[in-house]
Amino acid sequence: MSFNQIIFIIFSSMLLENVILSQFLGICSFLGVSKSRKSAVGMGLSVVAVIVLATTVTWLIYNYVLVLFDLVYLKTIVFILVIASLVQIIEIIIKKFVPSLYKSLGIYLPLITTNCAVLGVAIKASQNGLTFFNMLLYALGSGLGFLLIMFIFSFLREELEKRKVPKAMSGIPIALVVASILAIIFSRYVGIVKEDEGEKEKELPRTANVISMHLTPSDEYLDNIIRRMK
Amino acid sequence: MTKKENFLKGFIKENPLFVLLLGTCPALAITTSLENAFGMGIAFIFVLVMSNTIISLINSFKKLKELIQPVRIAVYIVIIASLVTIVEMIMQAYLPDLYNSLGVFISLITVNCIVLGRAEAYASQNTVSDSVIDGISMGLGYTLALIIISLIREFLGNGTITIWGDLQINLQGVFEFLHITPISFFTSSAGAFMVLGIVLAIMQAIKNSKDAKEKEAKKQEKEVK
Repeated sequence: MSFNQIIFIIFSSMLLENVILSQFLGICSFLGVSKSRKSAVGMGLSVVAVIVLATTVTWLIYNYVLVLFDLVYLKTIVFILVIASLVQIIEIIIKKFVPSLYKSLGIYLPLITTNCAVLGVAIKASQNGLTFFNMLLYALGSGLGFLLIMFIFSFLREELEKRKVPKAMSGIPIALVVASILAIIFSRYVGIVKEDEGEKEKELPRTANVISMHLTPSDEYLDNIIRRMK
Repeated sequence: MTKKENFLKGFIKENPLFVLLLGTCPALAITTSLENAFGMGIAFIFVLVMSNTIISLINSFKKLKELIQPVRIAVYIVIIASLVTIVEMIMQAYLPDLYNSLGVFISLITVNCIVLGRAEAYASQNTVSDSVIDGISMGLGYTLALIIISLIREFLGNGTITIWGDLQINLQGVFEFLHITPISFFTSSAGAFMVLGIVLAIMQAIKNSKDAKEKEAKKQEKEVK
């Protein structure tokens, strides 16, 4: 795998196909925990860790247990059990060995079980048949995307608290409108990464393929530009 | 609380999406057409009513309730996940188009805060019949919210309203009359946030004006006294 492809997977899962802004996963924690910068970063970091671990474990179970024994229809039950127990195990380990980290992140861990970003990324990664390395990159990119948006959004919300907004818009409505503007900005990242021309990737999620089609401008578009320049 | 009040609370007073702000993920993601909203609503009502029934049944036996007390959340999640699997299999078999367009969000009903929240806050403490009514009420309220958002988004973004399958109302004449094209912004992800934000703001404005009226009425009562 070329370096270009690694960059492509990470950027497309982090910016183009952002977990929050374009896939709408984990909106509950996005709106609920983003009131202060500290809690937003704490939540984001724990989500990154859990997403990478949970996706790895569920990918292994999906490909080496469920597919082999033809039990794919059980994936929802198995995945949610794996995620719930994984979160519990992480909580116990952190509590035992790194109490200071537990104090700052501990309260967010139980919330992560019901965070749809974790289950959503795990299901997408296994269903789309990614290779192991691609799956790792995809999970890491998605988690980092979540962290990035939480970080940016917590800044914006802290500023919003200080400003005067119409009474009806105060609180969640104005936060959603701000999120909408953020989504417009992020949808403009299409074209920031260019995929390797040599091999069209087959392992990427379906939506990523659609986006990568838009990465190269069409002939018509180029003709238009050339005509205008003349 | 009477049975009628219990049934009506989910629509406006305790609407899961607009008032309690739960289940926002599917409300933003799948509301690009009315058909999706219907499909999601039906799946959701089935899971919610069944999970409420089963969980209130379990809790009506005292010994069983004490037995699962320490691991109750895990038990609830497994019950909900099994119900979601049933819905998934039925949909995949009989409604494959809808299954494909809803995608991962059918599986994600498992971690929807409304289902788990109702199980923990209502079904575990009330009788079976009350829990069933609560499930129907909350499910219909959520479906209503999904329908409102999807109507706005599909009409403004596409100029059509898809009721089910090929049954489609074409309203592009409205846009032609105004000499504009449908605004595709509303079907994009940014439009979803914007529409939900504005609908919530309208709900809040109505609530604010109601509160103000009530305050005035109370003031007048005091003055009369």
